Amino acid sequence: MTSSVSIRELSLSFGHVKVLESLDLEVAQGEFIVLLGPSGCGKSTLLNCIAGLLDVSDGEIHISGRNVTWDEPKDRGIGMVFQSYALYPQMTVERNLSFGLRVARMPKPEIDARVKRASEILQIEPLLQRKPVELSGGQRQRVAIGRALVRDVDVFLFDEPLSNLDAKLRSDLRIEIKRLHQRLKNTMIYVTHDQVEAMTLADRIAIMKNGVIQQLDDPHTIYNKPVNLFVAGFIGSPSMNFLRGQLTGTDISVDGQTISIASYPFESHAGGPAVLGIRPEHVALGDEARKMPVQIESEIELVEPMGADTIAWTKIGTQSLTFRAAAEVHLVPGQKVLIGFDPSRGSVFNAESGQRI
Amino acid sequence: MTNLAATSAGAISARGPKPRTLTASRIGVYAFLIIAALFFLLPLWVMVVTSLKTLPEIRQGHLFNWPELLTFEPWLKAWDTACTGRDCNGLKPGFWNSVKITALSVPVSIVVAMINGYALSFWKYRGSEFLFGVLIFGAFVPYQVVIYPLIIGLSKVGLFATLPGIVIVHTIFGMPILTLLYRNFFASLPIELFKAGRVDWAGFWGIFFRIMLPMSVPITIVAVILQTTGIWNDFLFGTVFAGRENMPMTVQLNNIVTTTTGVREYNVNMAATILTAAVPLVVYFISGKWFVRGIAAGAVKG
Amino acid sequence: MTQVAQGGEGAAAGFASAATRRKPRLRKRLNVQSVLGTTPMIATAVGVFIICIIFSIIWSFTNSKLFPNFNFIGWAQYQRLWSTDRWIISVQNVAVFGVLSIVGGMVFGYLLAVFMDQRIKQEDLFRSIFLYPFAMSLVVTGLVWQWMFDPNLGIQSAVRQMGWTSFEFAPLVKQETALYGVVLGGLWNGVGVTMAIMLAGLRGVDSEIWKAAKVDGIPTWKTYLFVVLPMMRGAIATAFILQCTGVVRVFDIVIAMTQGGPGVSTQMPAIYVIQHITDRVNVGQGMAAATMMLLPVMVLIGLQYLVRWNANRRAGRA
Repeated sequence: MTSSVSIRELSLSFGHVKVLESLDLEVAQGEFIVLLGPSGCGKSTLLNCIAGLLDVSDGEIHISGRNVTWDEPKDRGIGMVFQSYALYPQMTVERNLSFGLRVARMPKPEIDARVKRASEILQIEPLLQRKPVELSGGQRQRVAIGRALVRDVDVFLFDEPLSNLDAKLRSDLRIEIKRLHQRLKNTMIYVTHDQVEAMTLADRIAIMKNGVIQQLDDPHTIYNKPVNLFVAGFIGSPSMNFLRGQLTGTDISVDGQTISIASYPFESHAGGPAVLGIRPEHVALGDEARKMPVQIESEIELVEPMGADTIAWTKIGTQSLTFRAAAEVHLVPGQKVLIGFDPSRGSVFNAESGQRI
Repeated sequence: MTNLAATSAGAISARGPKPRTLTASRIGVYAFLIIAALFFLLPLWVMVVTSLKTLPEIRQGHLFNWPELLTFEPWLKAWDTACTGRDCNGLKPGFWNSVKITALSVPVSIVVAMINGYALSFWKYRGSEFLFGVLIFGAFVPYQVVIYPLIIGLSKVGLFATLPGIVIVHTIFGMPILTLLYRNFFASLPIELFKAGRVDWAGFWGIFFRIMLPMSVPITIVAVILQTTGIWNDFLFGTVFAGRENMPMTVQLNNIVTTTTGVREYNVNMAATILTAAVPLVVYFISGKWFVRGIAAGAVKG
Repeated sequence: MTQVAQGGEGAAAGFASAATRRKPRLRKRLNVQSVLGTTPMIATAVGVFIICIIFSIIWSFTNSKLFPNFNFIGWAQYQRLWSTDRWIISVQNVAVFGVLSIVGGMVFGYLLAVFMDQRIKQEDLFRSIFLYPFAMSLVVTGLVWQWMFDPNLGIQSAVRQMGWTSFEFAPLVKQETALYGVVLGGLWNGVGVTMAIMLAGLRGVDSEIWKAAKVDGIPTWKTYLFVVLPMMRGAIATAFILQCTGVVRVFDIVIAMTQGGPGVSTQMPAIYVIQHITDRVNVGQGMAAATMMLLPVMVLIGLQYLVRWNANRRAGRA
């Protein structure tokens, strides 16, 4: 595995505010990495540091085996796509694509060839003579991607590229970006706050909070084995149920109710306050629940029909628990139901450190 | 992991912030700005040092030098005894005239414009947009095109060359910009505010006094700065409409400086110039960013 | 007390609007209070900016001398106007003055704004310095520069005393250069404003455009010239219009600096008008000149309408 982008002990502070703290990240050649996190977590800042648009306070950045920490953005071998598209408004699409190359005094035939190739890939040939104002949001973003494409670089950086688009276009372009990656096999680093984008696009997701990468893993692991409470709560919608209780051996007591979670693959055994996390879709109902290691009698409080399925709210002790039921199941508030789950599919966290046990 | 270490080995490791070298371009930027600043500051410096020199010292040249013999005499003379033709009362009367004119014109013009802007934003009536269009056209009309008929009109009602007359003139010519300022401000307020006012059964004046007036404090500060400096600095209307009795400071300053009788007292002239510029300069330095905002607001759309 | 009075009025207005309540709220209905409140505006718009202008135009076709009359003499005043050297030179002067101060102001203003945009720590200080002359009246500006340009005691003599004895810099005393002296004084007064408007325009440019240009490897000066400048149409138009109105009106600074001289080398149309309605007691002639001054404004407004109409047409097509 050769490393395409390598970030070592990167720190950045504005005055006394530390935005990034001693951050390490290795991105393999051809890998699609998504930086995901709430706003202000430092994900865009990190991307801007990689691009050379922000001067770092400490640490090193290597791209394609070269230390580029002090290099100008244009010399780093990167292309970048922005949220606001950032097209040059008074230039035609063709000029937009070729402006950087012209300034770099590349021979004309070479420029034409690159523009042609990029516009073929992105299917924007009919738009070449138009100006950005005459394009739709989706078309503009294609041109913006094209501008990165003509640079013929190893690493593509995306800074929330789909956030300005409506939901329908967003999912269309998401698929196109995925296709593009499969075709070009470039390294891509993609910043978003949208977990669906992250899950669908990424080879690996880096979940960030307060300038620190919380977990860096493939989407499946992130979803099923979150390393801490933050990651567990951030990924998934509706979010994971958290049952706070006291862990003794393999039993956790939640508001007086003891749940045996012997089937849970403990990584370390530690008693004390703990949080049991269960995804709503891992909770079974009725007959299905009877097959589960853990079974609990409960009462339906609230029902939210979503169309494809139904989200139901119940309680364990005083703590809320939501679960996903099939749309055909008829549930009414006040109804007594049996619910069950398999602790091996859940997560247990230390309540104090928030870390997975 | 090991191969990573290998790739960076050998080269001088770039790490941390890019070392800041004082590049030529950076020096150039500062050089340009400092030279420009000198160009802008030079006249102020010359004004001040000239006003503090004695006449004999001025006659030696050395325009930029700090006075060898510091004197405040010119300032006293400019204020108290400088002559315009045969009147030798200094700038004093002009100063107080300007104070009167400004103190009356600023509130009147602002109140009128505030009501205009409010009506144009929330209580449009048939023709109100046309009137506003005419007013904006008025912002671009050279004053000379309307001055003479206005003189005739004001003398017909006995207001020509009177204090109320000059106040009316300032209100008229301040109206386009100020109305635009207030209209844009009120138009930027959420319409729900007005709807809520209507639900509470408040009418034109009720909504104005209870809701809009308290909200327009910031924009009014901008308007006050704009008008105070504008009216204080006015020369043309003062010459034409104020008459001898109410001659504002700028007109009197010009008369003092360009008066041809006797020796030209450069130090007195410069002291008088500084005195005339003092009020708007004080307003400028106190208001700081509000002043800039006033210019930007006055310039919006144009 | 006021509370009661306002309540009464509010109720009355509310009653009046009750009949129209079902209609969309911002329909242009006649609200008596609104018309009453804007009486000064109606009087100004109609009485001053329409009727006064009409009277000016009417009197330009009469032989009015000290007092206005209605003895119409056709285009005679205009014929006289355009055969008067003083007027023709005034028009030439204002054209030269206008081109120089607008071009100079734009270029210097944009340059200052660009240099101010380089993350200057002392930005507020520099801004204050560049802008303070604008707070001073044009009369003050004129008088200061007149003093600086004094041939015997001003900059010229000061530099000569420093040893450069052949130094010449006293534009106001020579007919050929006096106008340039006035332009310089005007620039000193007004460039700060252009700079402030341009700087606001620069700051309004999407920061991602800058990032994109950096990634593309566009040098900073090229970005300012080819990418950012064309994006600042609004700021440029604002600064341009502001300067245009200043140029057409130019009066105070010339009066203070040169009184139109030496000779007629700094005469301006605005001075021509004022002189004819005051000292020269020839109202008809003054009004003809004033009407001519209105012409460029009308052309500018017409142009603006044309541009807007064209933009609307294009928007409709797209």
